[in-house]
Amino acid sequence: MSEKIIKKATAGNKGQGIRSDCFISMELTGTGGIDIQLSSKVNILFGKDIKNQITEILTFFNIENANIVIEDSGALTYVIAARMEAVIKKLIDSDKEYLYPVIDENKYQTSGDSNRFSRLYLPGNTPHLIINAGIHKPNGIILDLEDAVAHEKKFEACFLVRNALRNLNFYGAERMVRINQLPRGLEDLEYIVPHNVNLILLPKCESADEIKQINHRIDEIKKTKQIKGDIWLMPIIESARGVINIYEIAEAASNVVALAIGLEDFTADLGTRRTEEGTESFFARSKLVIACRAAGIQAIDSVYSDVADMEGLKNTILRSKAMGFNGMGCIHPRQIAVIHENYAPDEQEIEKAKKICNAFKEAEEKGLGVVSLGTKMIDPPVVKRAQHTIDLAIATGKLTKNWRDEV
Amino acid sequence: MKKFDHLTKNAAGRIVPAEINGEKHIPYKGVGKYIPDGRKHAPRIASCTNYPDDGNKIVANLKEALIKAGLKDGMTISTHHHFRNGDVISNQIFDIAYELGVKNLRWFPSASFPCHEPIIKHLKDGTINRIEGSLNGPLGKFCSEGKMQGLGVLRSHGGRYQAVQDGEVQIDIAIIAAPSADPFGNANGVNGPAACGLLGFALADSQYADKVIVVTDNLVPFPCIPWQIHGNYVDHVVQVEKVGIPEKIISGTTQITKSPDRLLIAELTAKFCDAAGIIRDGFSYQAGAGGTSLSIGIYFGDILRERGWKARFIRAGSNKYPVQMLEEGLVDYILDGQTFDLEGVRSMRENPNHINTSPFTSYNYHGKGNFSTMVDVVVLGATEVDINFNANVVTHSDGYLLHGIGGWQNCLFSKCTILPIPLFRDRIPVIKDEVTTICGPGELIDVIVTERGIAINPLRKDLLEKVKNTDLPIKTIEELKDEAEQICGKPAKPDLCDEVVAVIKWVDGTVIDAVWKVKSGQ
Repeated sequence: MSEKIIKKATAGNKGQGIRSDCFISMELTGTGGIDIQLSSKVNILFGKDIKNQITEILTFFNIENANIVIEDSGALTYVIAARMEAVIKKLIDSDKEYLYPVIDENKYQTSGDSNRFSRLYLPGNTPHLIINAGIHKPNGIILDLEDAVAHEKKFEACFLVRNALRNLNFYGAERMVRINQLPRGLEDLEYIVPHNVNLILLPKCESADEIKQINHRIDEIKKTKQIKGDIWLMPIIESARGVINIYEIAEAASNVVALAIGLEDFTADLGTRRTEEGTESFFARSKLVIACRAAGIQAIDSVYSDVADMEGLKNTILRSKAMGFNGMGCIHPRQIAVIHENYAPDEQEIEKAKKICNAFKEAEEKGLGVVSLGTKMIDPPVVKRAQHTIDLAIATGKLTKNWRDEV
Repeated sequence: MKKFDHLTKNAAGRIVPAEINGEKHIPYKGVGKYIPDGRKHAPRIASCTNYPDDGNKIVANLKEALIKAGLKDGMTISTHHHFRNGDVISNQIFDIAYELGVKNLRWFPSASFPCHEPIIKHLKDGTINRIEGSLNGPLGKFCSEGKMQGLGVLRSHGGRYQAVQDGEVQIDIAIIAAPSADPFGNANGVNGPAACGLLGFALADSQYADKVIVVTDNLVPFPCIPWQIHGNYVDHVVQVEKVGIPEKIISGTTQITKSPDRLLIAELTAKFCDAAGIIRDGFSYQAGAGGTSLSIGIYFGDILRERGWKARFIRAGSNKYPVQMLEEGLVDYILDGQTFDLEGVRSMRENPNHINTSPFTSYNYHGKGNFSTMVDVVVLGATEVDINFNANVVTHSDGYLLHGIGGWQNCLFSKCTILPIPLFRDRIPVIKDEVTTICGPGELIDVIVTERGIAINPLRKDLLEKVKNTDLPIKTIEELKDEAEQICGKPAKPDLCDEVVAVIKWVDGTVIDAVWKVKSGQ
């Protein structure tokens, strides 16, 4: 441990509208021991706990003399710990990390072809929005370190996101983090790779080389920290250059499992405006779908930004699905149900898939090498696709598991 | 006079005083266990010869009316809260009392609001001894810190009617602020610049107080129609410039919630009611004015519309949402206890199927029945619930008294009582081992709906059976409590003093719990 030149630092948020967070300012002093001033809206119920926690963290980092002022608006334990560690690391250099054990509920991995209809964006430095994200059952929850975090808050956000990955119950959603654009994004990795992330989103990706850089860094961290388990990548294409290089990005590495398109930045890059009908981005989106299919990965559409317009969202999804997209991002929990409902296979698709799967089963039972439906021959990829439709229908509650037994 | 004495343990296991402000009170005995005998209280006999034949009871101003009504030390002064945070009259009454040097009054409002903060100075200067009514916000804080001279007494809307009827509280002067009145004292809430819909909370006061003063800013020639308050009970009429602040009469909580978490709770509540077979053609429900309750009403409406059903009645606090349902034909009647917005006021004025009710018809313990027991489902809020389903609606987990009971206790008697509440607020778990204050006994609370699961009272085997094969997230209340503590940590118990600052009455007038003084400087 070595002290930096600055003696006073702050972390966290306070003020009107701030909930479930705390603002900590800390001053290193040469003598006088530890002085903790706590004001908290949960003081009567948790005041002692909070002071004990602070003392414990200070001891962990061998800090013996400091003045600390905490303004708490009901922050959970892992939030307080993140704010403390951020403020401490602004003042001293330390390789130590103050971590709570990963909660059992979060000990799950995802697979490359996991269902990714919806992924909910949440600002990585706003605790009260994060706390209940999982209960809305998105397929993935994105803790955003990029656009949703102000420049001067990026450092402290890393600790909050790290702790959330370990200690916030995601209720089965895929744990995703959107890192910053490279090169800063490479620094973000050490806060997430050893800490239970399932998938990393790489914004404004323009080349396969960026994927290689990221994977190189991931492998280094995995090796030093002895981390096992897969970490998937979802590059986001947000520029003309990115669109030109889509296929090389899709094929850049085996852990690239999906590509997403970000239309706000893309249309800005084109020097045009985003419209409801999306003519300006049709080529880019279509190219992305084709590249993803060619690479055998998922194509994910951009977010729909009018959170009050559920009808508009639905129409956008139906067009998106018709183009071949597998899912989209969302910025409000109420969009999730609409996204799931409309990306999921519809009745017609399910009926057709059932017929194909039944025909396949029949052919298999009869020992026939060729599957046919009526007069049509059915190729193996079609069967595979039908099986996938059935799986999705079951996952979204549109079909029961034992659908064959039901008339 | 001692604030409280004779502490005893009641049937809810709570320590409560049996002597309050020098009078004897009965500790809670259990739901439906206390059946008092005797005759109702009655006001003094009046004779019409003492009142002007021309029906003109106007006096110059409120001060003169109070003097004429015989305002003196130790009296009980009642007001209603239909103007909510836009009430301007209550503060004036006690300013006048202070000016006249009157001391030791008991204020008996049907509810108090943050606009009544100025009353604190009269609690300090001795004009008012105590408040018996809801103690909201600043008044609650003042009381919690033991600063009120007398002991606070909180009653439900129905309990207030009961206390007036059986003489537990004898009102000396009732001041009824009215959006419209005539010189004879007939009054209503549907017309005038400060229209608030109805005046049901003032009904008992008009009938039982010794003296009744009607105050209005919209004086009309006789007859003031509809006469929700009958001039035949009224002694004096005062005309003022402004009786209430219209924009503050509209309650701030009458928008459906935008919070995704609360919408999820509302959606789960509606799904539960549907799965349990509660929603059917001809059913009835009570919707509160909170954002979550309103959203539940929207979901109910969707279900009715989709199936071509119609509710028989909505028990309200009304605002534009139930009114839309009434006008769309999704419900036959709104039985309204208070109107929360101008759409509610308009509907009550124009639509004969939008009925103004009083606590007498809806909640009163001394009635020969009341319709609270006939409602199929009510959704209510709570600050805390415990693992025995007891619920608290007046204090926070840190011990502070910050809310009134309203009609909450009375509504518990419905066929199914549901509390849709978040599992925790910031870091404070809502489900606890034991509530800070019992306002409602667990046997009357059937279902807790949180964003993380639904707990059904084990006494309701019928409900458990009905939803057992659904995909609803049914959990035990202990599981929910554990989940909250896993997220928040286990909160410490507040360190409270041995001093009672207020009591909570049950609907029958018995004392169900006491509120204890908080230690200042915590």
